[in-house]
Amino acid sequence: MKTEDTITGFDWKYDPAPEAKDHIKLKSQYDLFINGKFVKPNSKKYFDSYSPGSEEKLASVAQANAKDVDTAVIAAKNAYDKVWKKMPAKERAKYIFRIARVIQERARELAVIESMDGGKPIRESRDFDIPTAANHFFYYAGWADKLVYAFPNRKPESLGVAAQIIPWNFPLLMAAWKIAPALATGNTVVLKPAESTSLTALKLAEIIQECDLPPGVVNIITGFGDTGAAMVAHPLVNKIAFTGSTDVGKIIQKAIAGTNKKATLELGGKAANIVFDDAPINQAVEGIVNGIFFNQGHVCCAGSRLFVQENVAEEVIQKLKARMQTLIVGDPLDKNTDIGAINSKEQLDKINEYLKIGVKEGLELYQTSAALPKKGFYCKPTLFIGAAQSNRVVQEEIFGPVLTIQTFRTIEEVIEKANNIPYGLSAGVWTDKGSKIFNLTSKLRAGVIWANTYNKFDPTSPFGGYKESGFGREGGLHGLMPYLKF
Amino acid sequence: MKFDFKHSPAIDQVGIEERVARFNARSIKKETKLSGLKLALNMIDLTTLEGKDTEGKVKQMCFKAMHVSDDLPGLPTVAAVCVYPNHVKTAKQVLKDSKVKIASVATAFPSGNSTLAIKLDDTKLAIDSGADEVDMVISRGEFLKGNYNFVFDEIAAIKNACGKARLKVILETGELSTLDNVRKASDIAILAGADFIKTSTGKIQPAATMPVTLVMLEAIKDHYLETNVMIGMKPAGGISTAKNALQYLVMLNETLGPKWMSNEWFRFGASSLANDIVLQLGKEAKGVYYSKDYISID
Repeated sequence: MKTEDTITGFDWKYDPAPEAKDHIKLKSQYDLFINGKFVKPNSKKYFDSYSPGSEEKLASVAQANAKDVDTAVIAAKNAYDKVWKKMPAKERAKYIFRIARVIQERARELAVIESMDGGKPIRESRDFDIPTAANHFFYYAGWADKLVYAFPNRKPESLGVAAQIIPWNFPLLMAAWKIAPALATGNTVVLKPAESTSLTALKLAEIIQECDLPPGVVNIITGFGDTGAAMVAHPLVNKIAFTGSTDVGKIIQKAIAGTNKKATLELGGKAANIVFDDAPINQAVEGIVNGIFFNQGHVCCAGSRLFVQENVAEEVIQKLKARMQTLIVGDPLDKNTDIGAINSKEQLDKINEYLKIGVKEGLELYQTSAALPKKGFYCKPTLFIGAAQSNRVVQEEIFGPVLTIQTFRTIEEVIEKANNIPYGLSAGVWTDKGSKIFNLTSKLRAGVIWANTYNKFDPTSPFGGYKESGFGREGGLHGLMPYLKF
Repeated sequence: MKFDFKHSPAIDQVGIEERVARFNARSIKKETKLSGLKLALNMIDLTTLEGKDTEGKVKQMCFKAMHVSDDLPGLPTVAAVCVYPNHVKTAKQVLKDSKVKIASVATAFPSGNSTLAIKLDDTKLAIDSGADEVDMVISRGEFLKGNYNFVFDEIAAIKNACGKARLKVILETGELSTLDNVRKASDIAILAGADFIKTSTGKIQPAATMPVTLVMLEAIKDHYLETNVMIGMKPAGGISTAKNALQYLVMLNETLGPKWMSNEWFRFGASSLANDIVLQLGKEAKGVYYSKDYISID
């Protein structure tokens, strides 16, 4: 036997495992989807959509102006009055089911485009975004003809035209969250995706066309903030559904004051993820990682404020650092990538600005030694250790892979600190003790609270916030109500 | 250090299963796959533990251990053979000074239902016959009764009898029912002197699973963080495909890191795994799967 016959401990690095992209179909230019057809924008303007992972241009996309918005809303209004409102609910459901099935059939293509356009790792778009989007259509298709049973003796009626504006962090999934309940309740839709991630929404427009949905029931228009403002201001719009920043949410609130428009706003968050000393520590570390590094931290309900009980803080931080070192940062299309690209240059600049602020405030900065790709927008997973409630990085939403760590001694202290924030979207609790979970869940002012897990989503469970995280619920039975009048 | 086994760290089963799913989502290709398969082959404890074992069967297996597939040059040997104590001598005759080690089960394997005196004799037989490693079983009945000190003392006594031989402690996780128990038994075994902790005898279903192995790897990690002492891990039973072995290696790599990536610290207790690895390596080398008739079945 030769000595080389025995293998000694070695660093086993994973070879690249890129997802193929030759199967996707992307046009070089996309028009506005209005009244069942792709039409040239009245503005005659187009803007470019880039891949944040490689900085390559993917397509140019039409920029809708106020005239285009008007055309789209009128198309939606006509479709509502002449077709969709009158259609038996059972027939409406069939269309929604059809959309769900085609999303499933084209899941692979949608996943690849989602990762190219938005920068999220293919593992997430393949295993989470696209399947969950399809599930939302399936789920709400089921409710369409059962609304009178969902709300007995309350005579639920549809509202009319819903203007829906969605963010860039879960492009297709947010479109599904918005469109599915609106259609199931008998409303028609004008939807605007975020300017940096229009492509999967436009692919959805193609799917909707393929599904023979009556023209005008769903209209998808692209553009920037002024397009969204025109949608909100349009007199024929009956309902606004917005997911995005708190600043824009406030502008919308002001704009619709005094009108008859209903609104749901799902805004920012700065969730407390609370780890007690009796928690399953190794799984809690995993939950902390999923809480903040899922989708590069571009999650409104991200567990961005970690509270660790003082007597286990050292252990948790040591283990968290070690776990972070195993995270693979890089090409969103590589199947082994854990953390992909930051969605845009602007967002990366904003995150880097906060990193500077944290350091300036005197916090201990920890970043993993992961090598970042030369091209594209990337950020290392980051910890700010020894943070206090008064730090800006604790108070303000960073929307990136940056976690602040605070310690606490007693339950009362952590409840008070967790609630001491303008936001109230989500929270996490880690303990092996059931009574502690119930105590905290009743006292934390947050719309969603996860116990011994984090970032779990399902079409059947409602989602939404308190305070400056917005109002109204999406998902589940509750998700039907904002689209109905009784 | 305080030995309070009633308070081993809590385990969250859902969290463990989710972590395992993440390991299994890794895509292992090209050079990573080749090096991983060779490493896995080099980590195998080629095992025969049957009532019908004969000298002939043991000899054939030992030859196989040294020549997994001479058809494919550059293959490592397996790590060890694993036999009953009365077959250790036979194995020694065939393996001589080869690098392949001899592991022997002992302590009234597989049930462990006997007196300490008999277990010590059993261990002595294995050691005296030339075993390099001893695979003992814990007393699961006593463990489930909450008699943790009994289990601890028994392991410590066997460790003492092992001398220089490395001791693997089989928890028989299929009989322990919960992951909390698996963690507790791991902590007891490690503190009582185990060099390796091992999932199963192979006689009880379920044998090794990835969630159970992860809990044990975490116990090893926590012990290492506290004491800087490395403990080995051996999942045994039920791992029969190369793909599954690679998934275990991903889990090992991302939980304990490069230091554990050798057969000094990790073993697969398996019999049919070696041949599936040979089949896969043959495919990588030749571009096609060849007939299983080309792979010896000893």
